[in-house]
Amino acid sequence: MVSGVMATDCRPCVGVAYGWQVWMKGCEMGLRGDAAVVGFAEWPAERRHGGSRSFQLEQWAELAAIALADAGIASSEVNGIVTSDLRESADFVPATVAEYLGWSVNFAERLDIGGASCVGMLWRAAAAIELGVCDVVVCATPSRPRPRPTNPRGPKQNWSSMGASSNEWGSPQAEFDIPHGNVAQNAGYAMIAQRYAAEFGYDPRALAKIAADQRTNANHNPLAVFHDVPATIDDVLASRMVADPLHILEIVMPCHGGAAMVVTSRERAAKTPHRPAYITGFGEHLAYKTHSYARDMVRTPIGPAAQQAFEMAGIGRGDVDASQLYDCYTITVLLTIEDAGFCGKGEGLEFVNSHDLTFTGDFPVNTHGGQLGFGQPGLAGGMSQPLEAVRQIQGRGGERQVAGCDTVFVSGTGGIMSEQGALILQGG
Amino acid sequence: MQPAPIVPDPTPTSQPFWDGLARGEVMLQHCDDCGEWVYYPRAFCSKCLSANMTWTEISGEGTLYTFTVARQPTTPAFAEVGVQMLAVIELDEGPKVTTTIENAAEEDLVIGARVRPVFAPTSGDVTLLRYELA
Repeated sequence: MVSGVMATDCRPCVGVAYGWQVWMKGCEMGLRGDAAVVGFAEWPAERRHGGSRSFQLEQWAELAAIALADAGIASSEVNGIVTSDLRESADFVPATVAEYLGWSVNFAERLDIGGASCVGMLWRAAAAIELGVCDVVVCATPSRPRPRPTNPRGPKQNWSSMGASSNEWGSPQAEFDIPHGNVAQNAGYAMIAQRYAAEFGYDPRALAKIAADQRTNANHNPLAVFHDVPATIDDVLASRMVADPLHILEIVMPCHGGAAMVVTSRERAAKTPHRPAYITGFGEHLAYKTHSYARDMVRTPIGPAAQQAFEMAGIGRGDVDASQLYDCYTITVLLTIEDAGFCGKGEGLEFVNSHDLTFTGDFPVNTHGGQLGFGQPGLAGGMSQPLEAVRQIQGRGGERQVAGCDTVFVSGTGGIMSEQGALILQGG
Repeated sequence: MQPAPIVPDPTPTSQPFWDGLARGEVMLQHCDDCGEWVYYPRAFCSKCLSANMTWTEISGEGTLYTFTVARQPTTPAFAEVGVQMLAVIELDEGPKVTTTIENAAEEDLVIGARVRPVFAPTSGDVTLLRYELA
């Protein structure tokens, strides 16, 4: 069972949440809920990008322009930037973006928490706005292919094939993980799933149901890479085994794409065209890079992150109308449902089997299809979850709109379930 | 013995660990100040940040914490290896170790099983710490 223990007074404390010792400041901690997402841009997830190619800096500008137009906010009003990496400009990224887009900003961040980056972008933007240092922040994650170099003597792209592990001398991964082939993500998540099975049991059909329910959602999302491709539980179980017990249809499809979001103050949000989605709670937690060194591989950092987010927002799990849960793998969703407190520890398989996770169901999860159904366009995959939360709150979900969607829980996951973040978004 | 397509480069900090494996010994750092066993090798204790740690020979034995059988290469460099049996071992002293399993059939791997070290030479000067069922 979950063992969440939280401060009920307003003093700092050390508590234990979901097996993690965490420091929490108590009820005076956190956001007031006075910053909101008011606009976004999202390119379709594509296996092959058929259109013209552009540099990621150019993509950043294009996404920002679309998102600002959606928000009804002028470029000249922007005074904050949160960005991911730019492939052609590895360092000094926010300043490069500001210079290129002609912005003069008071707040500049570049995030390095993998799939948790977009959740991290939004709470950092909200915190900066609530501090009063800025009032219009653009967050973007361009992830389309770049032009092929025409000058063979020009700088070469040198991206490692080691996933998120560094093979440089002196890197712990280079010395103690990579020589054993423990690189990239598939094997790591597979080992987490195997450990889960040993502790709590396993039901391959429950894990496959996560992928199948989300595929149903993707079939109603025109931007999803699998929009026109249904998949049943049996299809998932019949797909190729990549690393036991993970089948290929339980693993995200790498894609091209890109996304951006605009965050602004309550005052400015009141003059924008769409319903604002207020950021009322967040949490973030990390303690290791490689899953091997997790104290407990199956009690994940989303536990304390989600606990903090719910406490900050002052709501319970039962208040959530939809959950957009980072889903690089099916096991990620299962563990997030448990550790975020939607059911007890070890009860996730039964929870999945007894709930309909589709957009018409009693526990809607990843109503855009998740990254398993939408695709994973780089870091923009991690933006697809908060972006869908905003879309649902704004009533722009189209044929997959969840009726009366006011409160959405969002998670982000980076590394091998090693860095995680949580958000609560609520309609104003 | 499985091939080792990527061989580690020891650092000044980790050299005693690799020297131990070459002798057929598993060496682990033990913190003089807080008593923590530390893996992987570090310049400072991962519990109390003390610099006072002593290299100590241990049995290297432990239990299988988790594993997977990777049926496609985890990275292209491992294509020649074929099916990879990747594992995490929990040493009897507490720390967890990334490793590869030797001399076992897939169906014999059970989480919680006792395991013992295999000192696996590579094409370079380095000996890797692999494991087999005890």
